[in-house]
Amino acid sequence: MKIHEYQAKQILARYGVAVPRGEVISRPEEARGVADQLGGGTVVVKAQIHAGGRGKGGGIRLARGPDEAVKIAGQILGMRLVTHQTGPEGRLVRRVLIEEGVEAAREFYLGLVIDRAAGRPVFMASAEGGVEIEAVAAEQPETIRQEAIEPALGLQAFQARKLAFALGLDSSLMPAASQFLLGLYRTFEATDASLVEINPFVLTRDGRLLALDAKMNFDDNALFRHPEIAGLRDPDEEDPLEVKASEYRLNYIRLDGNVGCMVNGAGLAMATMDIIQYAGGRPANFLDIGGGANEDQVRRGFEIILGDPNVRAVLINIFGGIMRCDTVANGVVAAARALGVKVPVVVRLEGTNVDLGRSILNSSGLNFTVATGMKDAAEKVVRLAGR
Amino acid sequence: MSILVDENTRLLVQGITGREGGFHARQAIEYGTRVVAGVTPGKGGEFALGSNAGDGVPVFNTVEEAVAATGANASVIFVPAPFAADAIMEAADAGLPLVVAITEGIPTFDMIRVKRFLAGQKTRLIGPNCPGVISPGKCKVGIMPAHIHKPGYVGVISRSGTLTYEAVGQLTALGIGQSTCVGIGGDPIIGTSFVDVLALMNADPGTQAIVLIGEIGGSAEEEAAAYIREHVRKPVVGFIAGRAAPAGRRMGHAGAIISGGRGTAADKIAALEAAGVMVAQSPALIGEVVAKALAARGAAV
Repeated sequence: MKIHEYQAKQILARYGVAVPRGEVISRPEEARGVADQLGGGTVVVKAQIHAGGRGKGGGIRLARGPDEAVKIAGQILGMRLVTHQTGPEGRLVRRVLIEEGVEAAREFYLGLVIDRAAGRPVFMASAEGGVEIEAVAAEQPETIRQEAIEPALGLQAFQARKLAFALGLDSSLMPAASQFLLGLYRTFEATDASLVEINPFVLTRDGRLLALDAKMNFDDNALFRHPEIAGLRDPDEEDPLEVKASEYRLNYIRLDGNVGCMVNGAGLAMATMDIIQYAGGRPANFLDIGGGANEDQVRRGFEIILGDPNVRAVLINIFGGIMRCDTVANGVVAAARALGVKVPVVVRLEGTNVDLGRSILNSSGLNFTVATGMKDAAEKVVRLAGR
Repeated sequence: MSILVDENTRLLVQGITGREGGFHARQAIEYGTRVVAGVTPGKGGEFALGSNAGDGVPVFNTVEEAVAATGANASVIFVPAPFAADAIMEAADAGLPLVVAITEGIPTFDMIRVKRFLAGQKTRLIGPNCPGVISPGKCKVGIMPAHIHKPGYVGVISRSGTLTYEAVGQLTALGIGQSTCVGIGGDPIIGTSFVDVLALMNADPGTQAIVLIGEIGGSAEEEAAAYIREHVRKPVVGFIAGRAAPAGRRMGHAGAIISGGRGTAADKIAALEAAGVMVAQSPALIGEVVAKALAARGAAV
């Protein structure tokens, strides 16, 4: 799960990580009060959306004093901010963060991620801050310093010092740098984060170390023990169909093709998208309705898929295994009937009683095309979608 | 021959009194697996799947007790996600050489701690978030549908559940049997990697060819490719799911995500092909490619 920058900074501050002073607002005139509180000088107005590249898109701007802050906040709030991560349609800005203007002497990168192969967290630091770390990793990997963390003990003080010295920070800054880095790791671990990125991490002209930007992602599987973080989810930042699917506990991701697909199991769902593409079509979505497949799941899956107006045909691919195909077929028929499905539906079933399942579909009077095998199913659905 | 599980497996089921655990324990018994014990804290002394020692499976409060009383040598875990990491560690603490964790949705940090706990111990963990392990005709430890399998000489390793069934179904339909099928799990942190299972199958005289089914995310397939190039002389057939997947989105499995431009299907396919793996271009072709690989070797199916 992703959260906004201002939310990440509030969490970090609780763990002793230094962040700029500021406040989030949703109406332009609120900018004046915040700017006044920050001393009446220069402030930064930052659009709050779940996407990077906001500065280049015009979503982060300096304002000289409270009047200008109100004016710029008015320009950014309500705009559709387009960045390289939003797609051409952009993202509506509903909130801006007003922060004290900070003069950076140097900019660094700090990141915490899970090293999957090693099975432990790793702290990354680079003196090349303020730019995309992927580009740095591709062009100058040697400039990224990494420290693997012993999970039972957490980040050790010596590791924090190693990272801080690697950034070229002066000895006099070590206490503040250590506090910052140790706090960052504590936040990462205590919140079950999957990513914490401070880019840039800055040394200001007046000698302070601050998280000028902050990005945090969380492990969805651990949200059950962090209700306060789960509550930070912003459905406005997500596709409405994906929000609805998550309410049904379905794994759905919207894509830009026209062949809807409903599959049980994530691996088979990905493979189904692949074979649609292989057959010359374009998948409209990823949808995993779970390892089993009952009528209720199928019905909700249909609802979600048909909510996408681009869908011209639907492929249902269920490898039931232990599930009986007649049960699945009855579920598919009932769900299609209840929802009045208009687009052609290709069904491929595998499992116990497969012949009985196919005959239930064939005799239903509904517009089903029964397929045998994935190849046959993909070719049929792509042909139907192309009509 | 086979790897990990066979006629000598004495299985313990953690979470046997739950709906899933009970259902799959019964399926395993029907397949011929020796299910010797169940563990559910607080239900020690009861019997699961029956009412007495004659028709039921004895339930214990702790894994340690269950192992002492029954000589169990493997455990399968159906414990709900919030408690599953604890269950895995309990099984390892009791000295079980094999633990198969079916549970989906275990927090990543829990698995990091489990990995640390397992370091230096003799326990091999398969999973979590996996269908389990089956040696057809001998023993089934997991949730896979037994009837699609057939005893034989092809080993199958996969990060996925139903996609593995798809591949196994194709093999069986072509008359190609399997030595052992291992689902290693779809999570970012798992107990046993492709490389670990490749090493076991490479050393198993009963496995003549290997099917490796990977997906986007992480670098496990690239590591497998490096291992295959160095050590494996048996034919290996691969498939990577997620060619059509967009970057930055988690495709159902917690581990299936392309991040920072890494973990793409194209990279993995290229790595496997460079290691001499025959990669099926479509998921519908996995069985056919295996048949070709075996024919080229002149191997019996």
